[in-house]
Amino acid sequence: MIEVRLLHKQLGNQKVLRGASLLIETGEAVVIIGRSGGGKSVLLKHLIGLMSPDSGQVLVDGRDLACLDERSLLQVRRKFGMLFQTAALFDSLTVFENVSFVLRRERKHTGAEVRRLVAEALDMVELPGIEDKMPAELSGGMRKRVGLARAIVYRPEILLYDEPTTGLDPMAGARIDHLIRRVWEQLKVTSIAVTHDMKSAQTISNRILMLHEGTIYQSGPTSEILGSKDPLIHNFVNGIVDFRTPLPA
Amino acid sequence: MLFALLRSQTKSFLKDLGELSILVGEAAHSLRYRPPSWRDFIAQLHFVGVKSQSVVITTGAATGMVLCAQTYFQFHKVKMDTATGAVVSVGMSSELGPVLACLMLTARVGAAMAAELGTMKVTEQIDALRTLATHPVDYLVVPRLLACTVAAPLLTAESILVGIFASYIVGVYLLGIEGAYYVANVNRYTGPEDVFTGLAKATVFGGVIAMVSCYKGLNCPQGAEGVGRATTEAVVAASITILVSNFFMTLFLSSIFRG
Repeated sequence: MIEVRLLHKQLGNQKVLRGASLLIETGEAVVIIGRSGGGKSVLLKHLIGLMSPDSGQVLVDGRDLACLDERSLLQVRRKFGMLFQTAALFDSLTVFENVSFVLRRERKHTGAEVRRLVAEALDMVELPGIEDKMPAELSGGMRKRVGLARAIVYRPEILLYDEPTTGLDPMAGARIDHLIRRVWEQLKVTSIAVTHDMKSAQTISNRILMLHEGTIYQSGPTSEILGSKDPLIHNFVNGIVDFRTPLPA
Repeated sequence: MLFALLRSQTKSFLKDLGELSILVGEAAHSLRYRPPSWRDFIAQLHFVGVKSQSVVITTGAATGMVLCAQTYFQFHKVKMDTATGAVVSVGMSSELGPVLACLMLTARVGAAMAAELGTMKVTEQIDALRTLATHPVDYLVVPRLLACTVAAPLLTAESILVGIFASYIVGVYLLGIEGAYYVANVNRYTGPEDVFTGLAKATVFGGVIAMVSCYKGLNCPQGAEGVGRATTEAVVAASITILVSNFFMTLFLSSIFRG
């Protein structure tokens, strides 16, 4: 279970998070939506301890991440897998070395077991047999799928997705959504994604949280949020813009 | 205006110094409790040591030849031609060998390390490492630190040998110094303390190159410009640190060996 209490974060002069609070139960598939630059990725990075809050708490299974040093955080992070917006594959390593990274460093598995687990993970993301390729040889969609394979190969309990479909064509985006949904169903993980792609949110979540002006504005089942009559949510979900309103700074 | 600039520069320098000290502490902790894999260490040793051969050999040879020629031109005026070898040998072993070899290493290896780690930072690969339960210091800094501290003295020794040999060629075959006297003076005036001084300096300089470059790379500002700036700052900071620390190490090691 992940609980965030009154999270505040300022980057430069901008107050990105202003008291955000949320609760995510084990096994949920949650999507956090909100405007670009609204702090969704910052909130996601707080959940895994990549950023530390100015004030407030992030509790993962009851442990406050703000109280842990970097080495203690590594143990908590072992529960997580994360797919980055840019996939963030290690560009000097092959696909096999990327996907097997954690397994090889833990040294708990034999070479044959590592190869089998990597092959299974690549099968799951529908990219069998590309172990020897370098990240530079892959398309954007393939890189994200390899990133997903790297995140699931060591069977984490919680999977985080930072804008999983951004920069992909609709077909590649739909494929990633399908994979995220399948991973959630098959591996029984807690799935947390941030996106502003409503089609993606509809496919991969059973609950949506809307982040607005640094706080969680609304939370509810996916169908409820997508069908909301609240003007702010309705306009965001349907891409309706009031051109008389100036753009936020 | 000037005071404000001075204050901000001092503040920035002290911040860098503090953060670098913390990084050194983290690396020491990691070395003790989580030593790197042989594979990572060998890969870095190959990059730092094997691939720097041409640069170091050229630097050593050029320095030895020029030093020999200049020393000969001055000593010839007072009929001390055969002492040229001793000056070149002692100078190369304790000062020019380690300093110039390590400055060249800074340019080749330090720049590459800062650029590589900086690019990893801006493309979120460092964050990815952390999400994979791996401390960046364990995986990125420690193998580079070990490789630099092992390779730098070896490369320096190579540079010194090549420099002395090149100076022999220039002195004996080009400038006409008697070969037997040249070798005799090299042996007579170059003591183990000179060689030890050079190698000790190179070991410290190797550590400086790795730590400063990794620090600059890991703290790289965003964007391509940030990577460029981090690379430049790494080379400048490591070079200045080498030059300044060389002076103090010379005083310190001299006080040990020469009383």
